[in-house]
Amino acid sequence: MRDLEIKGMVSAHAIIASSIFVATVMPLFFVDNFSIYGTHLTWLYSVSGSVSVVNITVFWLLGISPPTKKHTLSYKVSRAVRSCLYFILSCLLFHAVVVLYGAPLLESALETFSLAVLLSSLTTLRCLCVLGPSVQAWIRVFSREGAMSVWDTSLQITTACSVIGAWLGAFPIPLDWDRPWQVWPISCSLGATFGFLTGLVIAPAWIHWHPEVLGRSPGPLLWESGMCDTFGVRPSIGLPLPSSSRSPCCLSRCC
Amino acid sequence: MKIRSSVFASLCLIFEIFGIALFLRGFFPVPVKSSFSSKSKLSDLPAEPLTGNSPNSSKVPASLFRRVVIVVIDALREDFVFGPKGQQYMPYTRNLVERGSSLSFVAKARPPTVTMPRIKALTTGSIPGFIDVVMNLNSPALLEDNIIWQAKAAGKRIIFYGDDTWVRLFPKHFMEYDGTTSFFVSDYTEVDNNVTRHLDSTLKRDDWDILILHYLGLDHIGHLSGPHSSLVGPKLLEMDHILKRIHASLISRETEGSLPNLLVLCGDHGMSETGSHGGSSEPEISTPMVLISPAFRRKAGMETPSTVEQVDLVPTLALGLGLPISQNSVGRLIQPVFQGTSLRDQLRFLHLNGFQLSCLLKDSMPAFEKEEGYEQFRVAEKSHGSWMKLYLEGNTSEVLSNMGRKVLKQYLEALQAMSAALSRQLGKYDMYSMVVGMVLVLQVLLLLLIAMPEALSNSAEVELPLASALLSLPFYLLCLLCCSVHVLVCTSAEASCYLCGLSWGLVLVATAFSCGLLCMLLSLANQKMSPGSRPAGKSSGDSCFSELDILLLIGTVGHVISLGSSSFIEEEHQTWYFLLNTLCLAVFQDVCRKYFRERRGTGDEGSYLPSKEGPPASLSPAGELSVGAGSEKWLALATPLLTLACCRVLRSLNQTGVQWAHLPDLGHWLNSQEHKAELSLLAAASLVLMFFLVQRRCSLVSKIALALGLLGVYSYRAAVGNVLFPWQPKEGRDLSKGTVEARFVYIFVLGILFTGAKDLLRSQVISADVRLKSRGLWEVYSGVVLLCALLLRPHNLPVLACCLLIQTVMAQFIWKELQYDAAQTTIMHYWFGQAFFYFQGNSNNIATVDISAGFVGLESYVEIPAVFLTAFSTYAGPLLWACHLVCYLTSEHHRSAASLGHGCYCFALLRSIPVVAYILLITALRYHLFIWSVFSPKLLYEAMHMLVTTIVCVFFTAMDQNHTSRS
Repeated sequence: MRDLEIKGMVSAHAIIASSIFVATVMPLFFVDNFSIYGTHLTWLYSVSGSVSVVNITVFWLLGISPPTKKHTLSYKVSRAVRSCLYFILSCLLFHAVVVLYGAPLLESALETFSLAVLLSSLTTLRCLCVLGPSVQAWIRVFSREGAMSVWDTSLQITTACSVIGAWLGAFPIPLDWDRPWQVWPISCSLGATFGFLTGLVIAPAWIHWHPEVLGRSPGPLLWESGMCDTFGVRPSIGLPLPSSSRSPCCLSRCC
Repeated sequence: MKIRSSVFASLCLIFEIFGIALFLRGFFPVPVKSSFSSKSKLSDLPAEPLTGNSPNSSKVPASLFRRVVIVVIDALREDFVFGPKGQQYMPYTRNLVERGSSLSFVAKARPPTVTMPRIKALTTGSIPGFIDVVMNLNSPALLEDNIIWQAKAAGKRIIFYGDDTWVRLFPKHFMEYDGTTSFFVSDYTEVDNNVTRHLDSTLKRDDWDILILHYLGLDHIGHLSGPHSSLVGPKLLEMDHILKRIHASLISRETEGSLPNLLVLCGDHGMSETGSHGGSSEPEISTPMVLISPAFRRKAGMETPSTVEQVDLVPTLALGLGLPISQNSVGRLIQPVFQGTSLRDQLRFLHLNGFQLSCLLKDSMPAFEKEEGYEQFRVAEKSHGSWMKLYLEGNTSEVLSNMGRKVLKQYLEALQAMSAALSRQLGKYDMYSMVVGMVLVLQVLLLLLIAMPEALSNSAEVELPLASALLSLPFYLLCLLCCSVHVLVCTSAEASCYLCGLSWGLVLVATAFSCGLLCMLLSLANQKMSPGSRPAGKSSGDSCFSELDILLLIGTVGHVISLGSSSFIEEEHQTWYFLLNTLCLAVFQDVCRKYFRERRGTGDEGSYLPSKEGPPASLSPAGELSVGAGSEKWLALATPLLTLACCRVLRSLNQTGVQWAHLPDLGHWLNSQEHKAELSLLAAASLVLMFFLVQRRCSLVSKIALALGLLGVYSYRAAVGNVLFPWQPKEGRDLSKGTVEARFVYIFVLGILFTGAKDLLRSQVISADVRLKSRGLWEVYSGVVLLCALLLRPHNLPVLACCLLIQTVMAQFIWKELQYDAAQTTIMHYWFGQAFFYFQGNSNNIATVDISAGFVGLESYVEIPAVFLTAFSTYAGPLLWACHLVCYLTSEHHRSAASLGHGCYCFALLRSIPVVAYILLITALRYHLFIWSVFSPKLLYEAMHMLVTTIVCVFFTAMDQNHTSRS
């Protein structure tokens, strides 16, 4: 069972990784003067586009997405709309974080936003595909020891690797080497991509060598009691918040 | 011997200070200076020596040359002219060298072989050390006596084209100039064409006396592709062509009866086999020096050029132009240049040079009379006098000329000895002092690291095996060994070591101390290594590293590693901002984790509820901003985000560093004349915010004093003209120095500090009351804040306000609530302190030190207060965070009695690690290209920061002392 899952993951990751290579090579035939440094934004869009498409297709075909309770069309549409919304929100969030890290506020905003889009498609999109647009599931997976399936672990690892890659990618920028890849945001986006690729490689290997991760029983889950208790509903805190401050997702899902 | 970890940390820091001081003494040689910025004058020149009382002829020597053209080619290596390359690519010059009326030498440049120090050497004749840069902190202009200044004072008209370093060094000295910047290393044609394009028109004109050309192209080629690149040949041909043009023009303008012209070709430094420079390898320090003038005798063929020092050009040129030799010059004149003059003149020139050198020797060495060269000069002067007497008597016999030649030889020997004695003191690292300082510092750091488990234990006490170390046999053997090494080094070394000059008693004490330290270190290490003594349960500490701990560790280590790169030192602020942001995000994650509690986590995270009803309320009653428990969560969540936002705004307030320093920032915008109203508003708002943040834990008297003090700060800034009062007219006010207002504020600062100190003393002596003590500490802290507010420039007041805001919210919602231990809090404080150091607009460049702070409230420059105030305002950020740490840890005392000790220890360790690593690095990189421009200023900053940290740690220890004596 586990071996089968790991094999499936390896092939899925191989497909995703190859999609990045294809996205790097393909524009050579369509775009004039294409190069990773020279026309960096084109490369960036091509990579994020292909990663998104391949991710969505792979996870659709594998059917890993959480079981949906309803199968009505309107529910699916609302899920899709919410996923899009989350994606855009995550782009904005990444953009804000990058600006806080010191990216220029107004000039080269397009570059910064492109980096945010790339980061989102490397991290958030996978979460959306695997976990669906539910905040509780995300919090569960990204809290300590929250992974319950191989896919959760892989998600943790690839996301962390992409973000750390982008983080490390910022280090060469202050060096005075005057190299083409030191231009904002090339080193960061390259770092994120390499980090993602590393994550794709590491994740199956790590799961293979750490079999105890999934042996754990799923315990009392945030999934059910969720984080709603922290929103002031639990009697132990006993301080209900004004209803306006409650999160919409909380209201819609479990409260 | 058992001592508390705070005492231990302070002691370690104090010893480290000694080690660093020793290292600095070895690293920066003391400059040989008669006096700074005084210039030698023509009227001060000595008369010709003459025995007997007949009237002295103090005739000023006449100049030998009419016009001088100096062509400096950057990185021109000796073999580019005298070697096979010269034969191939510089045919005209080579022809002149071999057959023309010229003199050629190999001039040895002193390390650092970097352009700016070399230009200084070529103009002042001294050997510039880094200390010079620090001495004239304020202006990049060369204040020392130099030949350019002398020439200008003598009415010579100077034209300069080339590297703009000259223009910065000699502002207003040139009649005409065009500086080219050496910023774009990849450009090697345009940069030279910009010099050459002026040549034609200048050579046609007659209105100049000295023309200086500095070509950068060759250096750029060297950096790009090395000395054997195919680009070098064409560049040398181009230079040769230029020389030909200049020489032809000079010859065509040579007129009968007037003085001859002089053309000097020289390089400022050489080029290593890889094309870089800065070090002291043979190809880097060997440069050609070719003097071409019809006054010289024609040569018959190629002779091997003799070797001179680069600085020898200065006295030669000065005497050749009839100028006084600049005071600090250590060069001796190049005798062949003066071969054509009469014997009397030659002796006169040598005497002038010798006199100048002997004056310099007198000023720079206490035992100058014992110096061999000085005695020789005295003897030569005497025989010169008797020769003059004979000469004036009209004696023209063979005896006289023989005697004259003997005097000449005596003079030359004396000059050589004096010059050698002077330059021995200069431009050389005193490796012995450096190594001893380094070993001392390294030992202390290892001691700190080895004692870590004990120092951070609950009792916070360190057991030092002092007695056993001092009474052991290895200690005495080591002492003996060190003493013999000392004797060996001091007797064998030719270089003058600082340590060898010390008295024997001091050396013995230092040796014993260092050996004792080593023995202690070894026995401690032995204790740790021996099996069985390891305390149980130690390994549990390693396994429960949280993400935050890992980040703190990686950040500290990563920062230390980044010090090895010159770019990262120039842009160190980026490192700290980056780490701080990551820290805030990690804290944010921790907060989220705490409030969106994980059910599956271990029990320790669920224990936050009971802690809320704990004692903090009783400790600082009026202190806390009153908030409900519900909103507390949201405030806690918002705190890291607020911090992030503050940091982002602050970082755009002052652009600092090197690469992006030119970008417009908020600080410039606020300081421009038309935005005075905005600046006033911002300053006033910051002051009000500061008042509200600081006053909440002060006593009533201090509150009033603080309010009045802050008002005084604003009125001081208004008086100086930085900000406006709303009722003031915009123009037509008379600006004052604001001395009265500033002194008014000083009084309140002292008052608040006094109140705080009084409370602290009372809490210790009489009541042993923790509340009184924490109030006293807070008052000291608010006094520091008030002083900072006075000293920081008005556009930096938001930095101060944000600092206080972040401290308040972080202390209340994060550090207290999330139960970070003392070590974590200390590291976070340290990081914040570092980042705020750069938020203030500081950088690792000496030029960003705000000297104006030293003049606040003073009528004129008074050294000690000015230095203190400048240092205080420069390190305001780290100091404020350190003070806050003391306040915070004292008020958190109920949680862990040892927290102050832990904090002090961590603080000391955090400072020691980068300093020691940096000292090791800089020793390894001492011949790096950027050693003087990047690494040395950083070393000074690190040393100064160490001093500040030591003072803070001693304060810590004093506070810790009170607690122990109480409990």
